[in-house]
This record gives sequence, C-alpha cells and structure tokens, in this order.
Amino acid sequence: MNPPHLVILIPLIFFSGALLIPLLERWRHGCAYGVAVASAAVGALVTVAGLVEVSSGGTLRYQVSGWAPPIGIELVLDPLSAFLSVMLASVALLVLVHSGSVVRRELPGKAMPLYSTALLLVGALLGITITGDLFNLYVFLEISSLASYALLALGDRKAPVSAFRYLILGTVGASFYLLGLGFVFMTTGSLNMADLKLILSNLESSPPLLVGLVLITTGVGLKMALFPMHGWLPDAYTYASSTATALIAPIGTKIAAYVLIRIFFFVLDPGFASGEIPLTTAIGYLGAAGILWGSILAIAQTDLKRMLAYSSVGQIGYIALGIGLASPMGFIGAILHMVNHAVMKGCLFLVSANFLSRLGHADIRRFNDSTRVHMPWTAAGFTMAALSMIGLPPFAGFFSKWYLILGSVEESNWVFVAVILISSLLSAVYFFRLIERIYLRSPGRDSKYPDEAGGAAAPDGGREEVSASMLAPTLILASALLVLGLLNVWIVNRLIQPMIPAGL
Amino acid sequence: MSDVFQSNIPLWAVSISLLATLGILVSGRKPNLREFWTLLAGLIKFGLVLSLLPSVRAGKIAECVLLQVSPGIGLSLRADEFGVFFALVASGLWIFTSIYSIGYMRSNQELKQTRYFASFAVALSATLGVAFAGNLLTFVIFYEMLTLATYPLVIHKETGEALRAGRQYLAYSLTAGVLLLAGTAWIYNTAGTIEFQPGGILGGVEAAPNAIRCLFFVFVAGVGVKAGIMPLHSWLPNAMVAPTPVSALLHAVAVVKSGVFGVVRVVGFVFGPEVMAEHGLNLILAVLAGATVLFSSLIALQQDSLKRRLAYSTIGHLSYTVMGAALLTPEGLTGGIYHISTHAVMKITLFFCAGAIYVHTHKQNVSELDGIGRAMPWTIGAFTLGSLGLVGIPPINGFFSKWFLCLGSLQAGWPMVLALFILSGLLNAAYLLPVVYRGFFRKSEEFAKFDEAPPLMVVPLCTTAALALVLGLFPNLFFDFFELASGISEMILAS
Repeated sequence: MNPPHLVILIPLIFFSGALLIPLLERWRHGCAYGVAVASAAVGALVTVAGLVEVSSGGTLRYQVSGWAPPIGIELVLDPLSAFLSVMLASVALLVLVHSGSVVRRELPGKAMPLYSTALLLVGALLGITITGDLFNLYVFLEISSLASYALLALGDRKAPVSAFRYLILGTVGASFYLLGLGFVFMTTGSLNMADLKLILSNLESSPPLLVGLVLITTGVGLKMALFPMHGWLPDAYTYASSTATALIAPIGTKIAAYVLIRIFFFVLDPGFASGEIPLTTAIGYLGAAGILWGSILAIAQTDLKRMLAYSSVGQIGYIALGIGLASPMGFIGAILHMVNHAVMKGCLFLVSANFLSRLGHADIRRFNDSTRVHMPWTAAGFTMAALSMIGLPPFAGFFSKWYLILGSVEESNWVFVAVILISSLLSAVYFFRLIERIYLRSPGRDSKYPDEAGGAAAPDGGREEVSASMLAPTLILASALLVLGLLNVWIVNRLIQPMIPAGL
Repeated sequence: MSDVFQSNIPLWAVSISLLATLGILVSGRKPNLREFWTLLAGLIKFGLVLSLLPSVRAGKIAECVLLQVSPGIGLSLRADEFGVFFALVASGLWIFTSIYSIGYMRSNQELKQTRYFASFAVALSATLGVAFAGNLLTFVIFYEMLTLATYPLVIHKETGEALRAGRQYLAYSLTAGVLLLAGTAWIYNTAGTIEFQPGGILGGVEAAPNAIRCLFFVFVAGVGVKAGIMPLHSWLPNAMVAPTPVSALLHAVAVVKSGVFGVVRVVGFVFGPEVMAEHGLNLILAVLAGATVLFSSLIALQQDSLKRRLAYSTIGHLSYTVMGAALLTPEGLTGGIYHISTHAVMKITLFFCAGAIYVHTHKQNVSELDGIGRAMPWTIGAFTLGSLGLVGIPPINGFFSKWFLCLGSLQAGWPMVLALFILSGLLNAAYLLPVVYRGFFRKSEEFAKFDEAPPLMVVPLCTTAALALVLGLFPNLFFDFFELASGISEMILAS
C-alpha cells in the first residue's frame, strides 16, 4: 500500500463503519456491535501501521483529492499525530468491545444509533489528529461534537438535558474557534498549518492575530473542559450511558488539548505564545486551578461516575499545566499524561460500568467488602487504575507527574509544584477511600443498606464477575498501566522525543 | 575511586521476592507450599546479597542500570557498601521473621494469611530496592512502593483501630513521598545530577543558602516520617496494631531503617559533610535527633502496652543513627551506621518476645507480665539479652555502637550529646528492665499452667538474641558489619 494512503484510511475506516451500520442493521438485525468492533479493530491496526511508518520514515503527507495546499486540504501524520491516533483508536476499540452487554442492558434497542455515532465520533477525533488544515479541523471538531451530543443524550432521564447543555456550550465554543480562525485567516491569508507556520514566523504580531488566538483558545478550552469552562462535564459524564462516557472521557477532551498544543507549539513559534501575550501561562494557571477544583470536589461526591468526572476536570488541568510550562519537559509531561490519563480513565469508567452492571448501582456509600468478593478482578483493575491516578510507581501515572514536576522546577514555578503535590494527596484521599471500602468494609456496618450484606443474589455465594467481553478490556487497560509505566522510558525516548518542536 | 562493574545480581536480589509473590498468590489454598515460597525467596535473596559482600569489601560496586531516561536521570541499582550493609540486615532478618511469622500466624489462626505473606514479599523487594538505589529517583520510587506494600500489613486485622492506623500511615508516608519527589526534582535542577555520591552532590554548586536550607527541610521531612523523627513519628506507635511479625520486621527493621538509611544517604551522599557544616544543617539535625531520643524515652516510660513501649523505644534508637549522621565525625558516623544493624537485631528480638507472649497468653501489657519468666524462660531470657544490649551493656553488640556514638560526640565537641546518650541508656533501662524484673522476680499464679511458646517462634527469637551476643563478641563475624560501617563512614567523610 502506498504509504500516503494510510493517512486517509485512518478516519475513513471509521466513517465507513458509521455509515455501514444503519444499512447493515436493516439487512440483518443485531450486527451493529460486530461491525463497530470490526471497524475499530481495523482502524486501530491502521493507526499502529501509521506509527511504525512514521517512526521509521518520517512525516507522511496526504493531499485530499490531489489538490495541493494551501488551497487543498492536507492531512499530515507526524510523530505526534501518529502517537495520539494509536492511543485514540486502541482505547476506542477496547471500549467498543466492552460495550456489547452494556448497551443491551442500559440502552435496549438503541444499539444502532449508538454504534453509528460512536464510530463517527472516533473517526472525527482521528480526523482532528491528522488534519493539517485549520478549517478542516473545525469541520472535524463539529462532527465530533455533534456525535458526542448525540451519544451523551442516549442515557437515562437526565441525559438529554445535560447533553443539551453541552450542545449549547459546545456550539459556543466551536463558534469562538471559527471566529478566531477568521481573524487568523484575515491576517495571514492561509489556513494550512505548515503554510501558516512560514507566514507567522515572518509576521509581526497584530491585534487581529492576537484576538484570533485568544478566541481560538477560549473555544478549544471550552471543549477541553479547561477551568472555568468545565461546567458541562460533570453532568454530561454522569447521566450518559456508560459506553458514551467511557468513549468521550478518555479521548474527547484530550484531543481538544492536542489542538492547543498543535497551534501553540507547531503552528506558532513556541516562544510566541508565551512571550507576546502570556497565553500558555494563562492556560497553565487555569489548569492549576482546575486541578485543585476537580480534586477537591471529587472528594465530596457520592456517585462513582460523578467522582470520576470531577477527577477528569482535575486531570485535564495537568495537561494544561504541561502546556503552560512551554518547555520540553512540560511538553513530554503533557503528552505522556494524555496517554496515561486516557488509559486510566478508560479503565475506571469501564470499571464503573462493570459495577453498574452487576451491582445495579455506582453509589460509593453502598460499596463494601462484598463488592470485592463478587467481582475480584474488576476490583483489582480498579485498584491498579486508582494507584496510577494517585501517581504511585511503578504505574504509568507516576511518570507523567514526574516530568511535570521536573518541568515546573526547571521553570522555578513553585506554585505548579505545590499544586501537583497537593492534588496527588487529594486524589489519594478519594481513591483510597474507595479502595478501603471495597477491600475492607464489612457489609453489616452500613445500617442504611443492610441488604448488601452477603449479596443474596449470588447462586454460588461467591464470584459474580462480569462477562469476559466486559472484563477483558478492563483488565487489558489496567495492565497497560503497568506496562506503560515500566516502558515509559522507551516511550519517551523513542516516541515522544522526536515530537518535540524545535525552538521549545 | 571504587571500581564499578555491571551485574544483574542487584536486580535479582530485588526481584526474587516479587517472583515469590506470584507463587504465594497462587498457592493460597496450600499453606505449606505458600510458606515454602517465602522461605525459598528469603534464602535466595540473602544468598544473593551475601555474594555481593566480597566484591564490596574489595572496593568493587555492582551496578545495574535499569532504564536511562536522559543523561543524569535514570533508574539504576548500585550495590555499594552502604547498600549491601542495609540489604544484609533486612534480608537476613527476613528469614527469621518468616519462620516466626509462620509460627505466629498459625498459632493465632489469623485470617488473610495469603495477603500477609504476599505483601511481606513485596515489601522486602521494595526494601532491597531502597538499599540498592543508585540515585534519588530510584530511591523515591522504591520508597513509595514500600509504603504501598506495607499498608495491607498494617491494616491486617481490619478492625476500626487498624484502619485508622493505616490511614494515618498512608497520610504521613504519601505526603513524605511527594515531598521527596519535589526535592528530587529540585536537586536535579540545582546540581544537575541525582546520583548518590559519597561526599555529596551539592558540593561545588552555586545555590542560595536559603534554598539549600529549604531543600534540607524538604528532604528531612521526606525521610523523617519513616525514620521516626519527632514530630513526624506518631504513625509508628499506632502502627503497632499490626501483627507482631509486621511490627518486628517492618517497624523495627525494614521500613524504619529505610528511613534512617535515607537520612544517612541524604546527609552523606546528597548534601555531603561540607555543605551540612557550612549551613549549620547538621546542628539542626542534631537538635531534632536529640529531642527525639529524649522525648521518646520519656514517653516510653508511660506506656503500659508492651508493643507501644517498644515502638517509642524504636523511635529513640532510630534517632541514635540520625544523631550519628548529624555528628559527622568518623567515630560518630561509624557508630550511627553500625547502630542500624545492632539495634535491628536487638529490637527484633524484643518484638518477637512480645509477640510470643501475646500469642501464647494473650497478654499485651507490661503490668500483666508478673511471673511470666517461670513459664517462658527462653522468651524472657532473650528479652533480657536484647534489653541489656539496648541499654548499652557489654558484651552485647548494642554496647559497641553506643560506644562509638559517645566517642563521636566528644570528637565533635558536643559533650551534651554524650550526656544525652548516657541519660538515654538509663531511661532504656528504666523502661525495659522492669519487664525482666516482673517476669523473673515477681510471682503470680496466672502463668502456672503455661509453658514455653511454640518452637517456631522461640527458635528465631533465641537465635536473634544469641546473634546480638555473638556479634557483640565478634563484631565482624560472618558479615563484617563493623568493617562495613566504618568503611562507609570513611567514604562519606573522606571526600
């Protein structure tokens, strides 16, 4: 296969899958799951092939329909895009594999729309990752947003309302992006990223350009759930179906962060965004505020999904903090954390789906020792992901925090250091509370819910673990945390180091 | 400079018990097989560490670079003299503790034994990782793993008290861990390296005095929690709620000794004697250590629970080593480092005795021990030996470390510290010897029907007590502990 075609295949496979599902569903009921998993699997393989190609051969460029940039749309697979696309596709694959029984139980009869929109979402997110044109990015951004609104609306009674709120805020965000892009276009006359890089390096900064950048940042920040534009996230994640949350939480917000990284460090000269106007610094401090806000509020939650949602706000803050440092260490920390968090949060949301499936609830107050007795493997997966979130070695989460701390110390930013340390301890509080409950709390102690004692429903009085299709993805993600942690040096040296833009 | 050679032995020494953990987890249903893995791993581990002793005595250091992140930052294991010293103590005493644990767990019919033995194995792996850490980052990683691995052991009984103790332990240790991480990053930024070097890495570095002092406080807080430096010590007495073998090995040997090991590494291999003296840091450390020695001994007098009394005694003796590090004189440092091994052997004996008493008679308090010596002469006999050693009575090995510490304080020109050590010896006698007195010289009908505790427990404790005596008579028997200690001290002060 001619290497450049690889690039267009990545989103195309998912889009084809998304279109095929309604058609095939008409022909043969119940095949939506299979088609979705198949598309995701093929797509994941293609992204891995892309990563291999790029690592050995260098950046791949593809001109859509043969039209040359800057008029035509160019798709670019450079080390950063390849790496993130692999992460995106693999997490999506595992979540989709997991989703079979979830969808049957939580959303009966809605399998077709769910899988179709899910594939659209993943395809669009991949499109954002590989596009080399800012307006094309907007198109993919809107596709992914619309897909996510629809996905999030498929849930319980409160889901449509929170999805609608996200829709309004998301559209505002996308409009800001478009507006900002308009200013940039007005100033430079081009929309192609590589072209813009050349133009901007020769251009003096001017008010329209700066306004455009601020608008773009605000718009993307909203999508990223950067503090204080995160208000839509907790509700949306809590009330949506488990699969929707598990798809959007690990990857949706990360891709928005990717957009910021692409614009600030690759399109603009890295010094521009921190020197001319302190945009990256502002993002860094907003990220720090988000970290504290998310971690503190997570402690107060009683619903597992809501707790994880607030935790996500905090984790996005880490990535924003990495961007804010605008140094190689910060960059490594941000990228590593994107991957680590995607895997960690993916695992955690799958675990909450498992709990919901077997126990019927995800209420933290009702977890006790019987949870672990019934579902030991899920509990083990949860523990591994929790330890990684807190940032304890040898799990992956430790290493991204290490790079961020190193980066902050390098920049003598003691506020960032303190925030990272305090938030690690705060996340230890809300995760260990759960670990303690699951492993150590005897059922009889909760007088409000005495019926949890012993788990009368279990026929053999013991294991009641979820099915293999649900358990395997959970455990794969959990063990991936250990693997990513142990291999983190190889990942940083071989995969991330080549990505660092010159001049950072 | 010493010869560094590449070897995988440090890696094997660290990982062997991780492999054993897998064996333990799958043999949960077959206790004898499960215990076999623990003992096998213990023997192999000790053997591997022992094999490093000849090379280390010849000045050769085994190194195993695990991962290289970037120049100057990597994860590496390096078996230098100090590392081998600590590893010998920890892995050697693990063998005794394992035998003792088997006796304890089975006599008491404890639940969750698989979790217990598995956590122990991981904890020992982490301890050896701490011992062999070649730089600060490796040290911090294994230090955090140690906290995690010992948590299930602290909360073993799963009572409310145990959970509270566990939470406190985590809160203290995790906070210390993040401080250490921040300190490591700061050191890297200041000195450009995080490798341990005898004589310190902050030697010729340009840095503001306030920054150095702040950095020192961060590190002392970081290692001070496990090292029981007051006021960071309160997790230790509360952790006594754990089963006695846990208290014996981890909270008298592995965990707390990792803390003081960390203190000496920080003082000798990161900051270095010159920087310490230049900024008055050793004075600060001496004040903290001195206060800890004094107050812990006083508080120990008031404890009726035998284990809590021993816990406060441990806190005091840990600060003997910290004081040795603060003195920074040849004798003082030698004494402090040597005290790591002498105190370990003595304290573990005392804890083993306390556990044997508890399992056999269910008595936990000193006031209830009248006449127990008649029933359990071997146990109380061993307790006597250990106590005399802690007080500093020759020829038990505790005398020698104390002797050197006293010499060191005179060398440093700090006679007050000498007075403190003498006073501490008297206080030790005051809170330990009454147990012996009550046991042997008071009568009570209570223990008439008891005889000695089960052999699986009595044999280890008598062996460690005998070891304390034998190592006192021949300090360099088998393991060259004293030679190692003075060698390390020389290494630090010479540079």
